[in-house]
Amino acid sequence: MLLKDEVGMLQRVPLFSGIEPTKLKLLAFTSDRVSYSAGQILFRQGDEGDAAYVILSGRADVLVDSDSGPIKVAELAPNSIVGEIAILCNSSRTATVRAASPLEALKISKDHFLRLMKEFPEMTIEILRVLADRLSHTTADLIDARNA
Amino acid sequence: MEPSLARYIWTHTKKQQVWILMIVVLSMIPYFISFDLPKLIVNGPIQGKGFGEPGATQPFMRLHYDLPFIGEVQFFSGFQLDRTETLFALSIVFLLLVIINGLFKLYINTYKGRLGERMLRRIRFDLIDRVLRFPPIYFKRVKSAEVATMVKDEVEPLGGFIGDAFLQPVLLGGQALTAMLFIMVQNFWLGTIAVVIVVIQIVLIPRMRRRLIVLGRERQLTARALSGRVGEIVDGIGAVHVHDTSNYERADIAARLGLIFKIRFDLYQWKFMVKFLNNFLAQLTPFLFYMIGGYLVIRGRLDVGQLVAVISAYKDLPGPMKELIDWDQARQDVQVKYQQVVEQFTVEGLIAPRIGALTIDAPGPMTNPLSAINLSIADDGGGMLLDRISLQVKPGETVALVSTATGGAEALAEAFARLNWPDSGKIASGADDLLELPEAVTGRRMSYASSDVFLFHASLRDNLLYGLKHAPLTSVPYEGAAADQQRWNIHEARRSGNSDLDIRSDWIDYASAGATGPHDLFEAVRRVLDAVLLSRDILDLGLRSSADLTRHTELARRIVELRAALRTRLEQEGLSGLVVPFEPGAYNKEASIGQNLLFGAAAGPELADKALAANPYFASVLRQAGLDRTLFEMGMEIAEQAIELFADLPPDHQFFQQLAFMGAEEIPAYETLLQRLKNRPYEAVSENDRAMIVTLSFAYIEPRHRFGLLSEDLMSKIVAARNRFYETLPSELQNAIERYDPAKYIAAASVMDNVLFGRVGNNHPDAPDRIRSIVYDILDELGLYAELLDVGLDFNVGAGGRRLTAGQRQKLDVARALLKRPDFLILNRPLSALDQRAQDKVLRNVLDEARCDGHSPAIVWVVTNPAMGMMFDRVIVFDSGKLVEDGTLETLLAGKGIFKELLS
Repeated sequence: MLLKDEVGMLQRVPLFSGIEPTKLKLLAFTSDRVSYSAGQILFRQGDEGDAAYVILSGRADVLVDSDSGPIKVAELAPNSIVGEIAILCNSSRTATVRAASPLEALKISKDHFLRLMKEFPEMTIEILRVLADRLSHTTADLIDARNA
Repeated sequence: MEPSLARYIWTHTKKQQVWILMIVVLSMIPYFISFDLPKLIVNGPIQGKGFGEPGATQPFMRLHYDLPFIGEVQFFSGFQLDRTETLFALSIVFLLLVIINGLFKLYINTYKGRLGERMLRRIRFDLIDRVLRFPPIYFKRVKSAEVATMVKDEVEPLGGFIGDAFLQPVLLGGQALTAMLFIMVQNFWLGTIAVVIVVIQIVLIPRMRRRLIVLGRERQLTARALSGRVGEIVDGIGAVHVHDTSNYERADIAARLGLIFKIRFDLYQWKFMVKFLNNFLAQLTPFLFYMIGGYLVIRGRLDVGQLVAVISAYKDLPGPMKELIDWDQARQDVQVKYQQVVEQFTVEGLIAPRIGALTIDAPGPMTNPLSAINLSIADDGGGMLLDRISLQVKPGETVALVSTATGGAEALAEAFARLNWPDSGKIASGADDLLELPEAVTGRRMSYASSDVFLFHASLRDNLLYGLKHAPLTSVPYEGAAADQQRWNIHEARRSGNSDLDIRSDWIDYASAGATGPHDLFEAVRRVLDAVLLSRDILDLGLRSSADLTRHTELARRIVELRAALRTRLEQEGLSGLVVPFEPGAYNKEASIGQNLLFGAAAGPELADKALAANPYFASVLRQAGLDRTLFEMGMEIAEQAIELFADLPPDHQFFQQLAFMGAEEIPAYETLLQRLKNRPYEAVSENDRAMIVTLSFAYIEPRHRFGLLSEDLMSKIVAARNRFYETLPSELQNAIERYDPAKYIAAASVMDNVLFGRVGNNHPDAPDRIRSIVYDILDELGLYAELLDVGLDFNVGAGGRRLTAGQRQKLDVARALLKRPDFLILNRPLSALDQRAQDKVLRNVLDEARCDGHSPAIVWVVTNPAMGMMFDRVIVFDSGKLVEDGTLETLLAGKGIFKELLS
């Protein structure tokens, strides 16, 4: 997959949809292309967060440790971004991400990601929107769980 | 040290000074004769005196003397020569005298030069010898850079002066007196004029120069302080940056330089003022000669020949006079410098020479207990670190010293290591005062490591073995020219009072490390490195550095086996995809185009980096392979892409780290180049511009940069060009490149690159770690682990060991102390840079390692954590400089003392 294809992929990620293509190209160029085979770990819960990943192809599972072993809480499809929370909050990883099939991803380092946010307010707003969206979902889930 | 410079010089060089004085006196004879000759030539053959009639002759070289009581005696009647012949003969004698005088001068100058250099060498050695014997407290007060500048720069002028110390006044004084006497003989009144002027010079000039000496002393002190400050800035550069004080430092240095400038400028002003006056006085004399002498000639009371002789003799007077006055100035100047230095090096309580005397034979073990008797130690400010402590450490005992923050256990450990001298009381080994024992005993039978580590700017190996280098143990056989050189070295060293021990001898005391020679020393080294958990770090260093093939032959010999083993292992583990190996006939996609073209490691500057594209031979290979235009177009494409991506970014943007093709500062240049070259046919582009553009393509790696520029056709062309490059490689480039050969070790590449012989895939994030651990496994299996450790030991630790982390430095220090296998091992918070878990692990290992092979040294360990006391036979607790508890762990735990408090 070439740089220009990656740019096409990034454009389809909601987070980056508002950013002009030349900037996306720069982001793609300065990010590392990484590939994983099925079962390989992208990062582990509790690790220090140093990068976010955009899935280009393949699928990945999001796992959370519990007393009875890891629980799968979500599945990631191409065009989704993962790992951005640990970067934003300077915290450790809140979940483990494991490749479920051969996986190609773009690894955006923490410094680059923060730099982008500083330079492109539209992207920052988009990230805020996604996060707020997730929060409202989580809150709804919590209410459901309480009521259940 | 001898406070008077003159006496110091005389004591060490009197024989030579007397000899050279004699030579100088001897040289006066032809010197004097040469004064008389011009008069003879002018008056005799030129003016015709004695050659009145044509064909008249005069005797030449007639030897006759008027002796008292005997009358005139003629030894030789001489040759009879006519006027022209006499002129030639006298002129040739003049020439001979010039040569003889010159040869004398040459000999004298060489001799005194050597004399001066020997003395300089002696002074420097004496100074360093003193530094080695200073009491420890002295080093808290001096800056190392100041000591260095005193030894190196401040005594330097002494060398130039010493040869002249006694010689110059005699030589120049003799010359001046000779000239003066000669003038006097020719004409009393002209002579008197010269004498008066000279007296004025001698009295006036040195007076004026007194100020110069004062200024010179100030210059010396300010310059010394400057080098001290420069040394501080270098050592404390971290603090400067951390606190944003670089401008404070700039201001400080500027102020100092301003002061130095002022002093130096004052010096110049005075110097030239004095020079002017001196010259004026010297020129005044000829003026008087011309006027008064000329008057006398006109009056017929003086003949022209006499006047010419006086004037030409006077030419020789100001020179020696001036130099004599300069000598006097130099003497005072040097005396001041010498005193300044001597003052600094005169220290109370110097360690006696016998303490550090060379001892070849290994001393017997220290079987007596080590005891502190009524020991008190105060810090520089007078606060008590230890207050009348008495305790005894028996041989073989392991003791933990536990201390509160102000406890003083560290001071005790330093006192055991002789680094801190008691203010009262003493440390004794049996009945002997520890400070009275020779270092040959304490330095070999005791060892010490602390958290404050000093490493030398040398390899890890040299630093590790440093503690074993007590005495030269072998005599090195020298042959032929080397033997002559060595004889000369020893001779000269002795003449200058230097040490003549051979630094090239093998100084390593293998026996004390439990080895018998270089071949089995490594086993001992490996064990101590394992004990302090340093082996892994050194292996990593080894992998990343290139091995010295003259030393590490085994790696090169078995490289094929190693590479095969790695391939097999990667296949077994299903990881073949991680590494793309180099194959002579194939393109390696994970390597750059440049690497694929060159297919070797550049061993010289000709084919390295940016020089590659501009290399004429390489460019011709590209042309023949039909690649020049393709790579140029590719370079243009890369330039366009890079500029599109990066042109808007500020030059310090971190994204530039990702741009392998060009640096941020090169972007504008490429931008204009691109505009210039766009739409221009390839043929019209200059060689230089082509190279600039083609260079860009060399850094391109498809999987990493993903511009989509590489095609199958291009790859095969590149492989073809590679082969062509090596087929016709000109002889001058043979040594500039080492071709990748699957069967050969590449000396210019790191060990890791050699084992890999390929490139790690760009898109496997954890590949490097996995591969490294596999490589270690393989090296261990093939028995090459030790060899790699040895490569790692070649690593240069940098100034003060700063290329290592604090933890690594401390581990190395402990390993060094352990390697000696001492009878008393003193460890003073040796691992404070490590976390507690690592400290515990190393502690356990060190206790085991120290007691291996039936050794049972006493171990005194100042622990950072009271819990570490569990591992020792005995625990001693200090609080506020006092010993508060002493006993086995059980007794202390049973009591209700401070130890129990500290433990909780």
